[in-house]
Amino acid sequence: MSYNVNLSTIFMLQGINLECMRGDRTLFKNINFSLESGGLMQVRGPNGSGKTSLLRILCGLAPPIYGEILWDTNNIRSLGEKYRNAITYLGHLNGVKDDLTATENLYISSALAGVVITKNKVHEALQQIGLSGRESLPAKVLSQGQRRRITLARLLVCDTALWILDEPLTALDSSAIELLRNLLEQHLKQGGMVVMTTHQEITIAAIKTQQLQLT
Amino acid sequence: MFLWVIQRDLLLAMRRRFDILTTLFFFVIVVSLFPLGIGPEINILRTIAPGVVWVAALLASMLSLGRIFSNDYLDGTLEQMLISPQSLSLLVLGKALAHWLITGIPLILISPLLGIQYNLPLDAILILALSLLLGTPILSLIGAIGAALTLGLRGGGMLVSLLVLPLYIPVLVFGSGAVEASAGGLGAGAHLSLLGAFLLIALVITPWATASALRISME
Repeated sequence: MSYNVNLSTIFMLQGINLECMRGDRTLFKNINFSLESGGLMQVRGPNGSGKTSLLRILCGLAPPIYGEILWDTNNIRSLGEKYRNAITYLGHLNGVKDDLTATENLYISSALAGVVITKNKVHEALQQIGLSGRESLPAKVLSQGQRRRITLARLLVCDTALWILDEPLTALDSSAIELLRNLLEQHLKQGGMVVMTTHQEITIAAIKTQQLQLT
Repeated sequence: MFLWVIQRDLLLAMRRRFDILTTLFFFVIVVSLFPLGIGPEINILRTIAPGVVWVAALLASMLSLGRIFSNDYLDGTLEQMLISPQSLSLLVLGKALAHWLITGIPLILISPLLGIQYNLPLDAILILALSLLLGTPILSLIGAIGAALTLGLRGGGMLVSLLVLPLYIPVLVFGSGAVEASAGGLGAGAHLSLLGAFLLIALVITPWATASALRISME
């Protein structure tokens, strides 16, 4: 596998009394969880229950109204780029540029995440994710699922400990879902952590799986 | 990292060359409308030329502000920028400079031609180009704050002009002032120095302000 999570370090992500509001409506409150290396957390709940908001809070994109998120017992707000170095977030927007090719897209998105990768590695990752032969096509001529695969290819080249995935299965076919499942299991086995939301049933082997139910 | 953002934005702009050309043509057309509206009185035209060129440059720069962040916002790249371990201020500075390279440089290059159209003397044309060279980066830098604040708002285009145009006034005053002063024999040094000072201040302050504005808009 092309990434290496430092096994000797045990990481811990904790959410304490999280509360989130949209307008004057409380989406959720008193959310507590604790996730350790090798752990998987699936966030569940109906549409509009605040799954995406929770993940955005976990990334540090938005502050919670109340409560705090701790990474190895430090608040992520005070950790800043040290925390951002440890996470990979795939939102429901792909972050794929229509005018750029798959190769350029992957190169750019990983550079943005602080990982400059070689041409070979880009090629390898795109092949692994099932986009070989389409590397030099502009993303606008690719299908929704193929664009999603470009985004997922980032997981192959990053070496972050915590993956935060918002509906990663959307638009993927069964072979891609299988691919992603293997990828997640490997990441967890190596001591990584995954927080994900999904409406589809997917069984992922992990040392510890927990469900966070939002209402 | 910083160079890399500029490179990426230039690459994107090259894939959409039409966008660059529209800004440039807008600039040329606005400047060319004045002689048609006012009449071919050479002395009047020569007096208003610096102001006209500068106002047109302001408008052209402002019209293209939406493009700094909106595409990245819509496709999710901006989210990734915010959680990138790289400094957001530096990323933003790179984007503002790329905006300047795409919209500002073409304006500067075509300005001598417009100067000739207004029958400006050669040294005034040089000062005009020089003042644009110092002034247009400020427009991109300040504009980036406005673009970041109005991100994702409906009718953000109108709002951004209300926010940003008042802040452009000092640049307009000293930019066109430089050309007038040199035409009046006073020398443009003082005006250009002030523009240079504005540029330095903008380089220091605006990336930070833009980054904060982006964080607020994206919450």
